[in-house]
Amino acid sequence: MDLAALGDCLGTSSCLIFQTVGGLKIGLLMFLVASGLTLIFGVLGVINFAHGSFYMLGAYLAWQTMALTDNFYLAVLAAALGVGLFGVLFERGFMSRVYRGDVLVQILLCYAFILILDDLVIIVWGEEFLSSLGIPDAFHRPPLFVGGAIVPVFHLFIIGFSTLVAVALWLFMTRTKWGKITRAAEQNPLMVSALGINTSLLFAGIFALGSLLAGLGGALAASERSISSGMGFSVVLESFIVTVIGGMGSIGGAFVAALLIGMTRSFGAIGFPLFTDGLMFVLMCLVLVLRPQGLMGRSGG
Amino acid sequence: MKHETFLKDVAIGIGVVLLLALLFQVITDPGIHDLIIKTCIFGLFALSLNLLVGYLGLVAFGHATGFATGAYVFGLLMQTGTWTIPAAMGVAVVAAAALAAVIGAFCIRAREIYFAFLTLAFQMILYSAIISFVSLTGGDQGLMGGYPKPPFLGIDLSRPFDYYLFVCGVTVICVILLRQVIQSPFGYALRMIRDNHERSYFLGIQVKLYQWIAFVIASALAAVSGVMMSLFVTGAFPNFAYWSMSAEPLFMILLGGMQTFLGPLLGAFILQLLNDLVTEHTRYYGLVLGLVILFFILGLRRGLLDVVWDKVSDRRRKAGTVRPASPVTGDAEARERS
Repeated sequence: MDLAALGDCLGTSSCLIFQTVGGLKIGLLMFLVASGLTLIFGVLGVINFAHGSFYMLGAYLAWQTMALTDNFYLAVLAAALGVGLFGVLFERGFMSRVYRGDVLVQILLCYAFILILDDLVIIVWGEEFLSSLGIPDAFHRPPLFVGGAIVPVFHLFIIGFSTLVAVALWLFMTRTKWGKITRAAEQNPLMVSALGINTSLLFAGIFALGSLLAGLGGALAASERSISSGMGFSVVLESFIVTVIGGMGSIGGAFVAALLIGMTRSFGAIGFPLFTDGLMFVLMCLVLVLRPQGLMGRSGG
Repeated sequence: MKHETFLKDVAIGIGVVLLLALLFQVITDPGIHDLIIKTCIFGLFALSLNLLVGYLGLVAFGHATGFATGAYVFGLLMQTGTWTIPAAMGVAVVAAAALAAVIGAFCIRAREIYFAFLTLAFQMILYSAIISFVSLTGGDQGLMGGYPKPPFLGIDLSRPFDYYLFVCGVTVICVILLRQVIQSPFGYALRMIRDNHERSYFLGIQVKLYQWIAFVIASALAAVSGVMMSLFVTGAFPNFAYWSMSAEPLFMILLGGMQTFLGPLLGAFILQLLNDLVTEHTRYYGLVLGLVILFFILGLRRGLLDVVWDKVSDRRRKAGTVRPASPVTGDAEARERS
């Protein structure tokens, strides 16, 4: 623990800005992944515990596309769509069979997929860590200096892009017909079904969208981090924390919680370098005890 | 009636221990000895979890908290070199129970998936704490360097046979205790809470209190398995507190069967056997394990002992020897086959 260092950092503008930008980047990337998890939970009522493995799959797919085409944007797109497709297959082939089963069966089904996918990527891509995708050429330019802090342009791109996705998601949920149907299905899927909406299709679609977001997050994160089997473990836990803190099923809540966690990680890394993970779990416990439905969740959770 | 079943359990328990002792002398392969030891350790771990999952209907995803606390407290005390094994074991179990009493008080406020992940959250705090406090716990290296195992009551745990017998004996004692809990009125109340939360409450059962007590008992027994694991490796490692450590006993329960008392023990045995066999032939253990889980969930839809038991009780029902479910607990009694 190093509270003096944390105090110093909060006192100097360069460190403050640098860590804030870092926290925003971490938080918004986390939002991409966590929003998928919370979307799926909100409508289907299941926790896709294999969500982190979808994130990992996104990173690998992006790496493969990058190796073939050398186009970063294409790689991100392919990863998102590929994982989305995989999500549909997973939902139709497996998850939909255990919606009525109890929590134990759902958790174990996802656990099985975590184990299988972790080994499959080793079989396909080998055991060695794959290097990160690297940032696209357009962003190979000198960083900005804001208040004495170094701000890489690419981080601003990730922050901007993720915010854009968040806004698009919000517009989709509030302004489109399918968004309204989705929200109605969160309240009462049986009623929605009775009104002539094909809920199986809706469920598959939501699962596809949620998985797509995980793949997107994985691909973007792979631009700067190395890719390895098992990289999804910590991600699914973090996404879960974000989901719980924000309120299960609440996308707005996930946004706020992801930023909160991003900042905790960024500044916690200075103050409590070894206990940042623990700090996130402490936050989650506090929320669960004081406000079980989450910051922006519906009550009665 | 209860007294008789207790004596019967004790007699069976003594018989099992004697049989296992004989097995040790007949089969000298240390691999088989390790298999039995690990089956006992993880079997007790899974059985204690099943008190919550199977009998109370609470899916706890942080059961390794008790396991790791038991292992670490015991390991730390033994490393001082001044503690006897029974005393250190007692303190380790009490420490885990005390921790569970605090954690449980928070967790039982939540239900279902929230309960599952809240227990997981507490476990991950423990994990982070173990990784962080390097000076005490050795961080990610774990408790290294081993510790002395002073003999007590003529038992010297540094001898393989003594340790083997110790693990078998302690496991059998704990299993008998657990069975007593499950057969007691308290145990029946747990099943009633599982089957109908509201009705139990209306009948005057203090639901939260009962859940809390069961949580503490389960954690204390998990700590016993943790202590035995610490003795096995002569130390303690942070992966004892990692989340996968909580997923494995859940899988053992699924594998063996949660409706049958000894199902989780069988699950632990199968999983250990599977582990030994698969890692011998391929390094893709996770792939094989994942496929096995899928088969159980989507194919069998229940544990092995449950399948066997359903077959047996079907036959008995045809012969007309099964008494009808009691009107008081209704479905609970019918589902209960221990």
